[in-house]
Amino acid sequence: MMDFGTLRKQARAIDKTSFRKIKVAVLGNYATQFLSKSIEYSGVKASYNFDLYNADYNQIESEILDPTSGLYAFEPDYTIISLSSFKLLDKYYSRSGEARQSFAEDYSTYFRNLIGTLLSQSSTKIIVNNIEILNDQVYGSLFAKVKQSFTFQSYLLNASLLEMSNTTDNLYLFDLNGLIQYHGAKNIRDWQQHINADMPYSLDFLAIISEYVTAFISAFAGTFKKCIIVDLDDTLWGGIIGDDGVEGIRVGTLGIGRAFSDFQRWLKELKERGIILAVCSKNEEKTAKEPFLSHPEMVLKLEDIAVFVANWENKADNIRSIQEILNIGFDSMVFLDDNPAEREIVRQNIPQITVPELPNDPALYLDFLINLRLFETASLSSGDKDRTAQYQQEAERQKLRFSITNMDEYLKSLGIEMTIESFQTLDIPRIAQLSQRSNQFNLRTVRYSESDIRKIIADQSYYTISLKLRDKFGDYGLVSLITLRTTDSNNLFIENWIMSCRVLKRGVENAVLDHIKGIALKNGYKLIIGEYIPSSKNVLVKDHYKNLGFTQSEDVWHLQTGAQD
Amino acid sequence: MDVLQKVNLIFKDVLEDDSIVITRSTSSADVEQWDSLNHIYIVVEIEKAFHIKFKAEEVQNWDNVGELVDAIESKIQVNG
Repeated sequence: MMDFGTLRKQARAIDKTSFRKIKVAVLGNYATQFLSKSIEYSGVKASYNFDLYNADYNQIESEILDPTSGLYAFEPDYTIISLSSFKLLDKYYSRSGEARQSFAEDYSTYFRNLIGTLLSQSSTKIIVNNIEILNDQVYGSLFAKVKQSFTFQSYLLNASLLEMSNTTDNLYLFDLNGLIQYHGAKNIRDWQQHINADMPYSLDFLAIISEYVTAFISAFAGTFKKCIIVDLDDTLWGGIIGDDGVEGIRVGTLGIGRAFSDFQRWLKELKERGIILAVCSKNEEKTAKEPFLSHPEMVLKLEDIAVFVANWENKADNIRSIQEILNIGFDSMVFLDDNPAEREIVRQNIPQITVPELPNDPALYLDFLINLRLFETASLSSGDKDRTAQYQQEAERQKLRFSITNMDEYLKSLGIEMTIESFQTLDIPRIAQLSQRSNQFNLRTVRYSESDIRKIIADQSYYTISLKLRDKFGDYGLVSLITLRTTDSNNLFIENWIMSCRVLKRGVENAVLDHIKGIALKNGYKLIIGEYIPSSKNVLVKDHYKNLGFTQSEDVWHLQTGAQD
Repeated sequence: MDVLQKVNLIFKDVLEDDSIVITRSTSSADVEQWDSLNHIYIVVEIEKAFHIKFKAEEVQNWDNVGELVDAIESKIQVNG
């Protein structure tokens, strides 16, 4: 379990100068200095250089209502609003009995107005916590019958915050209450600090909060898990398939089998959400696949597994070959194996991959993994659940590539169809998601939220391009997006060019360039300007504009369109 | 290691300055980084290191390191 001192030491050992800068403001109704410090440290651990603005004590309202406040001058990318229930309790106690009945309603109206003001004047994303449910035990277990009890009002307020976040762009709810439930209200406070310094949470609990808030922010910034690679024997089922046979392994409703079934069901839920599942097992492939095909109580089926590797090779090498097929970073992968020796080999060979120290008892796997909260995501799209099929198709394509040596012939044999169009309203979630997920083929690493995309669509100075691709093996969906911004009547600037790496070497870039030229010519732009901003992950596209025939001009790339006056 | 030495190590660690040397008469005015915020963190680390818990009021009332050390020692004796 993380504590403040350890967090600080870990962060201090890392040089953050080369990390991407992200501006994070912290507002709270209590003393938030240590929360800010913790978030700064957690950011460094996540390879970000968080620039923190910690508002003065209890200044949420003035920071938001005053347009000349430090908050607006700071121009935060993220604003964390941290609410202590003790402060709400104070407000509640100061009301008369009658007025207590409308406490939650009044506070949520007040809060909704604050959020509206902030969002109308800033493009920040806001993360607010749901409030800690406090039962002052004045009404005991009768609280639900007593509308004016604080507990009743707390639940109402949380319902209100839930609805607000659900219907307000750029407002996100952090499940503080869930985190407190897990750690226990008894373990999160230092009463001495609460009384002396108005800090409702101990330093160590603040460190835990900051780790999870940072994981959420990191997901927005593009760092999140995309794939789980799982071992089979004693990880996905109990027993050894090679020894025990399909009838002998433990999975299902009986005994310890239930732990494995619950675990599989959770993996399946994650897969439906868009996490890729891969298998890496030391087994004969045929034997390893048998339970998936013929065990009636297996939750996971072969079609849930994007890449299935079962052989006697070293697991680190096998994981490398899985990575080649999926074409995603090792830092977006999680490897689950019951065997400590295998875990260690993988950790040593591929340090970027996350390898949780699974508990000894399979009954504890699921709870342990859930509470690592590894699978933060900043967006969802309807295409997520098709991802597994797409990677299975990719494995098929790779087989075809081995049999055809001429690249042009190969592309022709794929029967590629592309749809190139401006951003469509229905595609907004996928477009935002692609801009957040893509790290390698991303020329300027500009990330867009759904509301950013809506603004761009409405903005006359922008041209937008999305590209969908399918071939005879299947549908890739929307795989590339380009935003073009008019800088003056002659110049068209490529604000960003993003493509999913799954469609590298399919001729997509050239088709897009033709389309960009078409837009430029039709509207009389003489010059197309491209820029490559290096990040730690986009070296792949370093020569992108050079390869497409642009010429370098200082820090940017130029392409004449041939348009006449 | 006596209590004062152990407390000195905590000061060095929390204030991130290995050159800090404290004596019984050292007060917060003598150590630049020893502000109210760092005081909170120092108290937390002392409580952890000595497995003790201070009362809310004591934390506010020490005038110098000597009084802090006395408070620690009285608690260690009670615990021991």
